[in-house]
Amino acid sequence: MSTASAPLSPSASPSRAASLTLAWRFAAFHVGGFPVLPTLILLVLAFTAVFANVIAPSDPEIGTLGERFRPPAWQVGGSEKYLLGTDHLGRDVLSRLIFGARVSMVVGLTAVLFAGAVGTALGILSGFLGGWVDQVIMRVTDTWLALPALTFAIFLAAVVGPSEMNIVIILGAVYWTRYARVIRGEVLSLRERDFVRLAIVAGCSKWTIMRRHILPNVLNSAIVLGTLMLGVVIVTEAALSFLGVGVPPPKPAWGLMLADGKKGLMAGYWWLTVLPGSCIMLMVLSANLLGDWLRVKLDPQLRQL
Amino acid sequence: MKRYIFRRLGYAVISLVLLSATIFVFVRLTGDPTVLLVEPGASRGDIEALRKDLGLDQPLWVQYGAFVKNLVHGDFGSSFYYRTPVLELYLSRLPHSLLLATTAMVFSLLIGIPSGVLAAVRVNGWGDGAGKVFALLGLSMPSFWVGLLMILFFSVYLGWLPSSGSGTPLHLVMPAVALGWYFAAAHMRLTRSSMLEVLGSEYVKLARLKGLPEALVIGKHAFKNALIPVLTLAGINLVIMVNVAVVVETVFAWPGIGRLLYEGIAFRDFPVVQATVLLGGVMIIAVNLLVDLLYAVIDPRIRFQ
Repeated sequence: MSTASAPLSPSASPSRAASLTLAWRFAAFHVGGFPVLPTLILLVLAFTAVFANVIAPSDPEIGTLGERFRPPAWQVGGSEKYLLGTDHLGRDVLSRLIFGARVSMVVGLTAVLFAGAVGTALGILSGFLGGWVDQVIMRVTDTWLALPALTFAIFLAAVVGPSEMNIVIILGAVYWTRYARVIRGEVLSLRERDFVRLAIVAGCSKWTIMRRHILPNVLNSAIVLGTLMLGVVIVTEAALSFLGVGVPPPKPAWGLMLADGKKGLMAGYWWLTVLPGSCIMLMVLSANLLGDWLRVKLDPQLRQL
Repeated sequence: MKRYIFRRLGYAVISLVLLSATIFVFVRLTGDPTVLLVEPGASRGDIEALRKDLGLDQPLWVQYGAFVKNLVHGDFGSSFYYRTPVLELYLSRLPHSLLLATTAMVFSLLIGIPSGVLAAVRVNGWGDGAGKVFALLGLSMPSFWVGLLMILFFSVYLGWLPSSGSGTPLHLVMPAVALGWYFAAAHMRLTRSSMLEVLGSEYVKLARLKGLPEALVIGKHAFKNALIPVLTLAGINLVIMVNVAVVVETVFAWPGIGRLLYEGIAFRDFPVVQATVLLGGVMIIAVNLLVDLLYAVIDPRIRFQ
């Protein structure tokens, strides 16, 4: 058995080399190319989001003022009732984190879907119809892409006011341009392909061609982009909430928790800052790793992105 | 060349028009813009006066004309809170923003370029792997959370650095690192891919064939050429940094443009928010134009496309 693997790694002993690559794969969260750990994390977060009201030990929005700034249970002064401590209003941090997953998931997914639907539709129209439609859509896309996303989102939030629904609309309005640009490029090359030309010759209407022949062929790219955008959208939502123009209090959003956590930062109440931020990072990191894998797997054209 | 310059200038003007139109439309989309533009607690008479001033009874295009005319004259309205013209406020904050952005840029290049070169020279080595992990973390950790964590460690636990404010070089350290963190990852990625491209080119092969020592090939022949795209991106990113620093400036109470934008939100000072977004967009359109023109000067192929 050792003879079989010997030619592959003549210098080091085979078992050591194998364990090294294994360690590396684990560090990169990949097993056999598939990002197992990120997918697991996203699944756990999704599960937490769906069953938040069953899992959470206490109400995330109502606290006990007598129990303010309790440290996590394992620290001196912590109690088992509040496993991860309490915030400045005596609310249970663990419950808020659990419900925060729901806010991030709902806002992130709907905003990505919304931006994706608008961007893909406009990208297809722009690429397939060409002419002045293309000019108008692409000039708007260019201008909106030039605006710093966060500043633009803040401006929109200041105009329409904070609510969960508005955040989704704002994020969609800011990020559809990313899809439109990429999808248009793909449609431009699809348009010249034989099956599309044949459809035109066969007398299909433009609408039918776009729906039946173009859309299914750009869906892969849209999905890949969507996964990669999920992280961006979640960070933007957190930043908006942190600045006070995102999800309105007392809703338990992670960005809002960080803003509240700042009140106890100088006193060294680390759990109010470290824990919500770690949740954001875990979710974004997982989405990015999964998106990277999907990109290579589904869409060779996007590998250079 | 002249034709190219005119065409590119034309695009920039279209972008500026679209930018102002975007802002204009969104402000009016909510219904009555006087609600946004009037001070909280203003009297009915004040509201009527502003309504007349804005010409809300006029057709939309007349209103837009007046809006643009004011902008061209540098009249962005007056801040409700500071009672001074917004442009004056903006310009008084700009130097702080530039100082922060420049320092953050230096930091991100000091980290990004060497690690990118290292990753390119030893592709798939441990340095490359560490670089990948670093880039992923850079893209997944929100800059404001990095800032909060640094305050927790360096101000609260260690007491080495001031947690907020400005004035001394020490005040600059943490905001610059928090802001430069994300960009360091981006610069690393670009340095790596640019370096890889140059290392595969003919003249690098020739330099190696001539028998030049590897250090000289990489350090002199390859590095200098690989640096061009990185420095271009750095130039654009510097302008972007000024405009995305809002969360970092808020965390560290740094008195730049981002902080001005935050105050605009917090005090419901809408003219400030509007002007910050507009001027940010103008800056980015200008720098994009500048880069395109410089490229056309350097590379004749672009002009004759």
